[in-house]
Amino acid sequence: MSNVPADLKYAKSHEWVRVAGEIATVGITDHAQHELTDVVFVELPELHKNLKAGDASAVVESVKTASDVYAPVSGEVTEVNKAVVDNPALVNTAPYETGWFYRIKLSNPSELKSLLGPEQYNAQISSAG
Amino acid sequence: MKRTPLFSAHQKLGAKLIEFGGWEMPVQYTSITDEHIAVRKAAGIFDISHMGEVSVSGPQAEAFLNQTLTNDIRKLEVGTAQYTLLCNARGGVNDDLYAYRIGKGEYLLIINASRIDADCCWLQTQLTAFNRPEGVVLQNISDAMGAVAVQGPRVIEFIDKISAGPAIGGTLVARPAQLKKNQVAKIQFAGAELWIARTGYTGEDGFEIVAPGEAIEAVWNKVLELGKPYGLKPCGLGARDTLRTEVCYPLYGHELDEQTTPIEAGVGYFVALDKDDFVGRAVLANQKANGVTRKLVAFKMTEKSAPPRPHYPIWSSGVKAAQIGEVTSGTQSPSLGIGIGLGYVPPEFAKPQTPIEIEIRGKRAPAVVVPKPIYSAHPNP
Repeated sequence: MSNVPADLKYAKSHEWVRVAGEIATVGITDHAQHELTDVVFVELPELHKNLKAGDASAVVESVKTASDVYAPVSGEVTEVNKAVVDNPALVNTAPYETGWFYRIKLSNPSELKSLLGPEQYNAQISSAG
Repeated sequence: MKRTPLFSAHQKLGAKLIEFGGWEMPVQYTSITDEHIAVRKAAGIFDISHMGEVSVSGPQAEAFLNQTLTNDIRKLEVGTAQYTLLCNARGGVNDDLYAYRIGKGEYLLIINASRIDADCCWLQTQLTAFNRPEGVVLQNISDAMGAVAVQGPRVIEFIDKISAGPAIGGTLVARPAQLKKNQVAKIQFAGAELWIARTGYTGEDGFEIVAPGEAIEAVWNKVLELGKPYGLKPCGLGARDTLRTEVCYPLYGHELDEQTTPIEAGVGYFVALDKDDFVGRAVLANQKANGVTRKLVAFKMTEKSAPPRPHYPIWSSGVKAAQIGEVTSGTQSPSLGIGIGLGYVPPEFAKPQTPIEIEIRGKRAPAVVVPKPIYSAHPNP
């Protein structure tokens, strides 16, 4: 079974969000990395780029395919994870820790309410099989 | 979607399934990289039951096939196989296939899954136009047959245990490991008769086994059991694709199609101009003599970049950079750890060491044309 930490918010498109004050850290879920397997390349947004919720914000590539990673919330990119660019396998081995993608300064914190909680996300990935 | 007789076996193994040429097939069981490395270092088994089989028999089968296929089928002894192409009158490729000569006046064509209907239609049309159609029996036996590929350098250590006795047809070897490259034998297995050929699509030594559909799951299970101590893994179409891309074998629908000739695709070796007329000959002879306007090249990315993918534009390099072609296959090479691919470019860019660029999501990344194969495997002896 996929790991779905209780302290995170989730997007239907399999990104997770960890909020600390006005900064949100974004990555892809354990379920997503398991579906992709063998992540070989990660492309992150430019620093200071303004993202709108739902924008294609990053790309994660497995051996087989390239997949978009969507911004779960709107705001300015304040930090990108260079470690995951250098070592894309971190997405597979530590999707919620060292495998994070970028940090964003929330421009519309009310968007967080429309994200899924851990139970809801768990239900989504369980029903999708 | 169609399913092979091994579908429930794949489900039991937890395979991830995808659509391929109208079939629901395993793309991977654990990971493409792990399965790829298993085939390069040890062994792997693939379900290739989706591929088609056409039986061509009768006193005129040889003459019919020799004017329908590009390679010289007269060179096939009983119990041998050859790679060959089925071309249209423009020299474009209807399909690429393996022809087994399984008896005197008896041939088995192993064709691509996505081309079964098109090939059978084309062969039937050709047969109608053939001057001695009564001497040929054409039969599409795809639905009745299953097939597996057992590939990798360690396969030779356990494959003999698949058969209880010597071959009963084809090349009459005492045991499968005695088959040489492109030889095929009929063997007995648990009450069924199988064709086993020393062929493959991975660049590694190995065998392909064609069996009646009802027998194929027993073959699959037996190979899994025999190969396990040697590191054999079940492998999906994902690894099949990365393995064949590394050794630059064309895939129909990517490198080959009805608008592309074998000469452009770099498989002119399998076009025999020293035989009588065959479909597509005029165009292919002209291209062999006078050259082509585009050629299939292999390339490697030279800097860290996203892997190249099919349909990405290929650019020339330097100040006068222009788009010169398109990627047909591309992936991260599990053996080399870099992006690799195949694509068509004009001949002046086809020489190894030519710098090119691959456009990836609007940005161009440097690459270089390399000799084929991109990766040197351990081929059939």
